[in-house]
Amino acid sequence: MRRFSLASLLSEAVGGHQGWGRQWRAPEPKPSYDVVIVGGGGHGLATAYYLATVHGITNVAVVEKGWIGGGNTGRNTTIIRSNYLYDESAHLYEHALKLWEGLSQELNYNVMFSQRGVLMLAHNIHDIQSFKRHVYANRLNGIDNEWLSAEECKAFCPPLNISRDARYPVLGGALQRRAGTARHDAVAWGYARGADARGVDILQNCEVTGVRRDASGAAIGVETTRGFIGAKRVGVVAAGNTSRVMDMAGVRMPLESYPLQALVSEPVKPVFPCVVMSNAVHAYISQSDKGELVIGAGTDQYTSYSQQGGLHITTHTLDAICEIFPQFTRMRMLRSWGGIVDVTPDRSPIIGRTPVQNLFVNCGWGTGGFKATPGSGHVFAHTLATGEPHPINAPFTLDRIRTGRLIDEAAAAAVAH
Amino acid sequence: MAQPFRLPSGGRVDRATPIRFTFDGRTIEGFAGDTVASALLANGVHLVGRSFKYHRPRGILTHGSDEPSALLQVDRGPGKIDPNNRATVVEARNGLATTSLNRWPSLGFDVGAVNDLLSPVFVAGFYYKTFMWPRSFWDKVYEPVIRAAAGLGVAPQVPDADAYANRHAHCDVLVVGGGPAGLAAALAAAKTGKRVILADEQPEFGGSLLHETGASIDGQSAEAWRAAAIEELDGYESVTLLPRTTAFGYYNHNHVALTERVTDHRESPAKGAPRERLWQVRAAEVVLATGAHERPLVFADNDRPGVMLAESVRVFINRYGVAPGRRIVFVTSGASAYAAAADAKAAGLEVVMVDLRPERDCASEAADLRLMGVEVLTGQTVIGTKGRKRVAGLVVAPCANGTVGARRVIACDCVGMSGGWTPAVHLFSQSRGKLAYDEGRDAFLPGVSAQAERSAGAAAGVYDLASCLATGFAAGAEAAGATETRAFAASPTRIGFTPVRDLPTDADPAKVRAFVDFQNDVTAKDLKLAMREGFESIEHVKRYTTTGMATDQGKTSNMNALGIVSKALNRPLPAIGTTTFRPPYTPVTFGALVGPARDALFDPIRATPIHEWAAEHGAAFENVALWRRAWYFAKPGEDMHAAVVRECRAVREGVGLFDASTLGKIEVVGPDAAEFMNRMYVNPWTKLGVGRCRYGLMLKEDGYILDDGVVARMAEDRFHVTTTTGGAPRVMNHMEDYLQTEWPDLDVFLTSTTEQWAVIAVQGPKARDVIAPLVSGIDLSNEAFPHMSVREGAICGAPCRLFRVSFTGDLGYEINVPADYGRAVWEAVFAAGEPYGITPYGTETMHVLRAEKGYIIVGQETDGTVTPDDVGLAGMIAKAKKDFVGKRSLARPDVVASGRKQLVGLATETASLVLDEGAQIVADPNQPIPMKMLGHVTSSYFSANCGRSIALALVADGRALMGRTLHVTTPTGFAPATVCDPVFFDAEGGRIHA
Amino acid sequence: MLLIDCPFCGTRPETEFRCGGEAHIARPADPSALDDGAWAEHLFVRSNPRGLHAERWVHAHGCGRWFNAVRDTFTDRFVETYKAGEQPSHPIDDARA
Repeated sequence: MRRFSLASLLSEAVGGHQGWGRQWRAPEPKPSYDVVIVGGGGHGLATAYYLATVHGITNVAVVEKGWIGGGNTGRNTTIIRSNYLYDESAHLYEHALKLWEGLSQELNYNVMFSQRGVLMLAHNIHDIQSFKRHVYANRLNGIDNEWLSAEECKAFCPPLNISRDARYPVLGGALQRRAGTARHDAVAWGYARGADARGVDILQNCEVTGVRRDASGAAIGVETTRGFIGAKRVGVVAAGNTSRVMDMAGVRMPLESYPLQALVSEPVKPVFPCVVMSNAVHAYISQSDKGELVIGAGTDQYTSYSQQGGLHITTHTLDAICEIFPQFTRMRMLRSWGGIVDVTPDRSPIIGRTPVQNLFVNCGWGTGGFKATPGSGHVFAHTLATGEPHPINAPFTLDRIRTGRLIDEAAAAAVAH
Repeated sequence: MAQPFRLPSGGRVDRATPIRFTFDGRTIEGFAGDTVASALLANGVHLVGRSFKYHRPRGILTHGSDEPSALLQVDRGPGKIDPNNRATVVEARNGLATTSLNRWPSLGFDVGAVNDLLSPVFVAGFYYKTFMWPRSFWDKVYEPVIRAAAGLGVAPQVPDADAYANRHAHCDVLVVGGGPAGLAAALAAAKTGKRVILADEQPEFGGSLLHETGASIDGQSAEAWRAAAIEELDGYESVTLLPRTTAFGYYNHNHVALTERVTDHRESPAKGAPRERLWQVRAAEVVLATGAHERPLVFADNDRPGVMLAESVRVFINRYGVAPGRRIVFVTSGASAYAAAADAKAAGLEVVMVDLRPERDCASEAADLRLMGVEVLTGQTVIGTKGRKRVAGLVVAPCANGTVGARRVIACDCVGMSGGWTPAVHLFSQSRGKLAYDEGRDAFLPGVSAQAERSAGAAAGVYDLASCLATGFAAGAEAAGATETRAFAASPTRIGFTPVRDLPTDADPAKVRAFVDFQNDVTAKDLKLAMREGFESIEHVKRYTTTGMATDQGKTSNMNALGIVSKALNRPLPAIGTTTFRPPYTPVTFGALVGPARDALFDPIRATPIHEWAAEHGAAFENVALWRRAWYFAKPGEDMHAAVVRECRAVREGVGLFDASTLGKIEVVGPDAAEFMNRMYVNPWTKLGVGRCRYGLMLKEDGYILDDGVVARMAEDRFHVTTTTGGAPRVMNHMEDYLQTEWPDLDVFLTSTTEQWAVIAVQGPKARDVIAPLVSGIDLSNEAFPHMSVREGAICGAPCRLFRVSFTGDLGYEINVPADYGRAVWEAVFAAGEPYGITPYGTETMHVLRAEKGYIIVGQETDGTVTPDDVGLAGMIAKAKKDFVGKRSLARPDVVASGRKQLVGLATETASLVLDEGAQIVADPNQPIPMKMLGHVTSSYFSANCGRSIALALVADGRALMGRTLHVTTPTGFAPATVCDPVFFDAEGGRIHA
Repeated sequence: MLLIDCPFCGTRPETEFRCGGEAHIARPADPSALDDGAWAEHLFVRSNPRGLHAERWVHAHGCGRWFNAVRDTFTDRFVETYKAGEQPSHPIDDARA
């Protein structure tokens, strides 16, 4: 792997950048691998990377039906935080956040992780109770999160309207300073480059059309548009398409796939210093390094694989944004798009074994998967390598829907992810 | 001299109406009908901005909404400043102040231009390869610098002084685009009598006809035909004409969104007129006549100010009467630029034509132009340009079979380039129609439709005028359900082009910077670098290089990028894929999308009939769901704490008055009403006597508490159900869902009566004394009317349902009267209570009083993961019932397991310390992090009646921990507190039966 | 925004409706007879197809009636709507598509 650095960049600049090679190869599929990962998004690529680096398992393929990072990895609003309420979620997302903090150096790829702080606004007394519950729980879990008064919120985020006359006045907020954003595409590319350098095959334009099982019922590989690919273990990390892939193995999932929309404004000079989320009015906003305001909307109410939602969802989001930031009505929406998010009954992910031998699944991240990318890949790699869950993902079983041990952050707090 | 580049005649501008505006402080004169761009050009101003990354001088590339370069900050007055306006779209008028972007200290001398020297380093994706060391520098140094350099204009700083409007409309046929194809389509559809909407982004309809000054249609001039067409359309009642209106989004089920620019172009708009109006049109059928965009050519330094699209040169000359230069070199790979060259020549300008095609492929048009005395060079390539802030020459060389011959510099002050045409298939693609690549036209054309639409004219790859009109007419007729077609006689159009990608050159490839995306500074070299690095899908190329991601969303760059990638990878263009087109077609203001949905129109405020009285009596309010509820009634000099202490004492010692009207209310009626209630609630209902009340607990099917409330049986077949304030719609929906879809056999009707009843709670030992004189027809004695019963009668002559219920633990009544009587009855009760010191109280006191009694509030003690047993209400569950909603889930392994969190009271060791709601509870505050958390505080208040603070909490196995000291987080550490019974006041419960 | 054909009122915009998820998942007559796995399946497991999907809608801001629809979840086109208690006339898909 050609190392990226200012020195290598400068030396290439002299030669017109002719010397840069591919960041990852475009190999033909081998007949079989130790592990086949279905889904070349951030989570799948991170899984491959950690299989190679942590577990020494390099005979791995990542199978992607389109281009890597083209699903929710490249369609989200890049918010990263770990201030979750329950121990299970807090440990999972904090594990991820700690990996984020060294990720650019680890991957030798600048993923532009920007710890600009995520401020969640409280608009009513219920929000205050809920956010303080989070702040205290986070403190005891060693996760930074602090309560700010409305005036402190304004000081941290000057564009904020804290007028008492607003329809939903800002009563305060919970701030995680270590939280922030990252460059979503770079995460996929960085993991791909790192995994590829260690021998992982990244197979793009390779759609899985079936899961082959032997007489005992165990998974032995996947049928793809590029032929059968054998595997000792198969890990499905297919986000919105998980139900379809798992159905190929005869496993019905507690998942529903919804459209989730987001939009950006035209780029402007720096105006927005952090990430702001408001659950009461359903809005979240930040400004990208390029200068665009990045705004997340909610899901549509019906399941869909169309990657397209209704205009009323985005307009409602902008209603909320302009309620908190009235000066932004003259900004313009430049681009809007949709992703497909797979949602579980408790809106927490499922990471682990399935009823089919040698078939593992990592899904159900709903609207909040990007922030978990490194942690998700890290613990799923452990699961695939050892056949057993890592202690961090042990609670996130498929079986919890049967036992009732749900991890329902949203119900606990009415907090969007 | 003012407007030195204004041609002596011609153009559609109103020369009788001069206007003035400023550009970077300089006064610019123009005429009504000018855009800012045409006025700037009339004054010889070509340098109008600096590019995003390299701060290269940039000019005006196009004449329309595809403009990537000429972006300005526009100031229309206080609260009316906004960034990134395309000079080619903004209509010039008096009073505008425009400024260039992305330069410091000035447009002419821009320090940021040093970036241009560093361009060998600042290649595509360079930032992924560096800025990683030392780690802390990203947040503190690198990123702030990158951010300060990025961005274009400056975001508005103050609230918008303009208003925006929304409109919904239905029509039979929506025609998008008012060029020749769109006009013909609208005419054909309108003739059928169908409701037609015709929208065009320009101030005038006509599209290309506005500058095709030499064209003729059906024997008349194009202008005469255009005028007649508009007059005819205007004459139909059933036709709505929307100029200055851009269809920007094509959504599901023929839902098309458009923005109309209403007042930006007006010097003194009508008072109250909105700046913009969002139209949401549901069209039975849509005709897309959105035209085509001209492609720039990709050669070295093709971004110099003065280099523009060939058709744009023609538009500035013919439509605005402006010469973009005195000596114009056209460079083209197609025929359409010959029309531009001819018009420029006819306008008296010096013209040279450079055709990239060999003579044999352009002989006819070349001959025609030569006849006009224009030098035409064929078989050429472009090596580069001369000049820095304005083009001064075009460097060309003959080129055959890849061999580049001797260079020649053609001096000029303007270049008109044309690399062919790209149909504007954005809306078609948004409608999820499948694009099909057409090799002959080197373009993606509308293929298989997904919705009820069809494309016509240039949007469908049809470029000659007669065919545009005919396809438009046929499309309009078909959309209107007619079969009529007709032919049009029109002057011939010069069409056809040879696709070229980045032009051949003999220059050092490392030094050539040929721009593909002008705004984002993406060069052909950047695209090739991306491919070398393995980015081969066009989506990858786009994301890695940012090509096509600027504010023009790739209108001028996408096809060039695709072509270059296709050529470099030696794969057919469709195999590279086209990027998906997403709304909006052009950027749309948030204001238009938001419309009037601000403040109270963002979310409506619900207020009770007693709201005004409360406001008049000094209430502070809190938001609860959509409601505004009286929170507390502070007297002069009182803070919230003092007011609540006073209110709490008043209720316990005398009598208090509380507006409970926001409680949800549902009337459950029918022969099977009791059976229905049995299935919906955990409690038994069959034996509840008429006139009696019961506290009802409702679960979701997953076994967790959904809602609660007192339910009264008004008759054998009638229940008066109450719900929480926030839960009312949820409960109603939940009930309706089960009734209609699971048990349609049950004969029950549900009616939401929340807003029908005003509910006045009179609570405290004196409550009976206060209401007795007002009530008629009801025996209020304890024996006749015990706790948890209901009677119908009258109060102050108004019909009422009188509940004897209490959420305070004291004697209490809830008077339900029809909402219209609410305030009058409230005032009568208040007056009657004055001798007893009756005290109005708000939700805060209500919360304290119920917490003193350990009564839960759903949503505070419960959070969607709490079962009846968790909050000590397992006793409510009817043991004999075989089934009710949620029952099965209560038997799941982890729901019956030990260790669940249970509702308990907490008494702090320091009696005055009020714990934070949400505070976490641990057994050992000295354990290492992460700590084992046992639960959290759900409610916490200072209780004047108990003389100390009180708290409710959910604690793991809490009921087994009575008397144990636990530790609760505080802002600075931990506070010890003892686990106790959650009932803090009148544990025997005698007061309620007084 | 979808256009939805309410079997009782006719075609109306989506904002008048609320979606109730997958249709034809009847509540068991005797939930207590189901083991934990079967109950979890009833509560939470959904076919979630990319293709034809039978789903429940209620005309919340209209007649208030629940009904069913078959919609293609890839194109978002409705194939049909029909009253609660009736069966679709089109075969619906499983998660395969």
